[in-house]
Amino acid sequence: MTEPLSPPKRKNPLARTRRTLLPPSARSRTAHGLTLAAAEGRFALQRCGECGKFTYPPRDACPECLSSQLVFVEAPVGGVLVTSTTIHVTGDSYFREHMPWRQGIVVADCGPRIIAHLHADCTDGERVNLSLRLDKAGQPVVFAAPSQRASNMQDDPALREMTADPRYRRVLITNGRHPATEALVRSFKDAGATSVFVGVAEAWKPLAGEDRLGAIDGVQLLSLDLTDQRSVFNLAADIAGKVDILVNTADHVRPVHLFEPAGTRKLMEAVNATVAGTMNLAQAFGPAMAGRGADGVNSAAAWVNLLSAYALANAPEFGAVSVSHAACLSLSHWLRAELRKGGVRLLNAFAGPLDDEWYQSVPAPRVSAGQLADGIIDGLRRGLEEIYVGDVARDIRARLAANPKALEREIGR
Amino acid sequence: MNISHDSACEALLASVALAIADGGLQVVDLTQTLSPDFPTIVLPPEFGQSAPFRMERISRYDGDGPAWYWNNISLGEHTGTHFDAPIHWYTGRDLPLNTVDTIPVRDMVALACVIDCSSQSDADPDYLLGVADVLAWEERHGRIPPRTWVLLRTDWSKKSGRDYTNLRDDGAHTPGPDAEVMRWLVEERDILGFGTETIGTDAGQASHFIPPHPAHHFLHGAGRYGLQCLSNLDLLPARGALIVGAPLKIRHGSGSPLRVLALVAAKA
Repeated sequence: MTEPLSPPKRKNPLARTRRTLLPPSARSRTAHGLTLAAAEGRFALQRCGECGKFTYPPRDACPECLSSQLVFVEAPVGGVLVTSTTIHVTGDSYFREHMPWRQGIVVADCGPRIIAHLHADCTDGERVNLSLRLDKAGQPVVFAAPSQRASNMQDDPALREMTADPRYRRVLITNGRHPATEALVRSFKDAGATSVFVGVAEAWKPLAGEDRLGAIDGVQLLSLDLTDQRSVFNLAADIAGKVDILVNTADHVRPVHLFEPAGTRKLMEAVNATVAGTMNLAQAFGPAMAGRGADGVNSAAAWVNLLSAYALANAPEFGAVSVSHAACLSLSHWLRAELRKGGVRLLNAFAGPLDDEWYQSVPAPRVSAGQLADGIIDGLRRGLEEIYVGDVARDIRARLAANPKALEREIGR
Repeated sequence: MNISHDSACEALLASVALAIADGGLQVVDLTQTLSPDFPTIVLPPEFGQSAPFRMERISRYDGDGPAWYWNNISLGEHTGTHFDAPIHWYTGRDLPLNTVDTIPVRDMVALACVIDCSSQSDADPDYLLGVADVLAWEERHGRIPPRTWVLLRTDWSKKSGRDYTNLRDDGAHTPGPDAEVMRWLVEERDILGFGTETIGTDAGQASHFIPPHPAHHFLHGAGRYGLQCLSNLDLLPARGALIVGAPLKIRHGSGSPLRVLALVAAKA
């Protein structure tokens, strides 16, 4: 059984903050089929289009029939751990810091023998569940955990390297006026976050639910206006070194018609609130987080962006939201590339219309604040890079994969 | 203009300059500092909003400009201590010379009457200035001369943050003029403009007045001006201060942030 994680002590000011080292990260282009599945939390392996056999590791030709029709498809997660080894000594700089480390050979129910990283609770000869994970370098690896759930499984040191579990971590929610703020705060507290900082812009305006938020243990409301570079840097000066998970809730939903006289201004207001806001955050908090990716139990672990699923295809009714969030999506890839060097993940949480004022006229299903918060916590616990919350977002994701042109035409009707 | 008049004016200006230099005339700054967190007017969010003040660095003796420091700024016309031109309100939209680039510059230098309502505003954030209050002021200080500013002193500028905006779920609660006094000041006293320490020339609840926003309605409908977010009105005498406030010369501008100065005689 996994030892429960101990709450981290306060930082020793005499000890140097360890630099983040990364596991080997070379992958073939074909192997990024695994990256795609791992980023979304799916278990997918190549399957031969001719003979139907699953294969692993990724290849360009089927080892059974030499067909080149190898397609990544969802695969059954079950398997048996046939043998394992515990590594105590290695020449690899990253793994040296994480000794001992277990690996083993799993015979997957679907056929292939897979060398996998092992959860400490795995026993030779027992059944395991396979999953694809993104390691500290952001590259896909296969991880095997016992098929029977046990307590504290999430605290396994190897698994924690591949996830961004909020337990004992400190969270910053950047826009306290976002409708999901309270649900996010409560979910992070329930997930074991030590403290939650909530940024509030324009402190001179009343804040809905302020009393309730302030009454939650470990919650601090702090002045933060994402559109004001100085405000962002001021807060970073105080707390950037204590933010382990940053949840960027920058948003600005306003209906804009492309041809209306003030359309450009309205678009730029949305861009300013979201893209410039995210850029300000990235500049102020990014370096500190990327520098703390290996800082113990409460290392910097993840950056979360809340994005509209309309970032993936322009929905004319919310055209400015689509444009601004599409730009945020691009910015997130830029930022992810930087954070990855520091071992910090970036999770984009795509959601359809939220159940809030600005989407009042949009027919159901809409995404509730609780649904969004639960999705984010789940995504962090699984170390994902992309989650799609709610039916609308999942539908857009599926249609984008199937036929982007059809999605553009249909959403633009 | 004859030579003696010219030299008299020159001597007058020289004596003003001398009085400023020796402190006999004090220059009082009536302006709030432009900063990102200074409140702006709040409208229902489906309406357009006045942009808050923002400053972004171009360079600060660095790679973007090794020897110089400068910034780009952005803000709404009606952000911070600012001036309202007649075109700002629909009632003044068809008047001549109704934009900040066309209003006569002589109007940018004018005397002011300061009506102290600080104790009433302290007791009641929804305090409204009425005609009777102005008549009482005139009893003590004399009739308001035509083409002067009337400034409403509430000491509201000494508040900050939420106390300053005083927003509740039924809107802002800040002092201002009632509808009748605005009509009366414009029509019966021919004032040049009306100035306040709060975010608008109108009271916080003025959207419920008849007409709504009477200061905007009557002032701008008659080609008169507004000043808001003023400070230091407690340093001005009831009458006799000379206001210098020049809005930026923005083409077709409806208003402008500006530095407002008052020349006042030093207290003996």
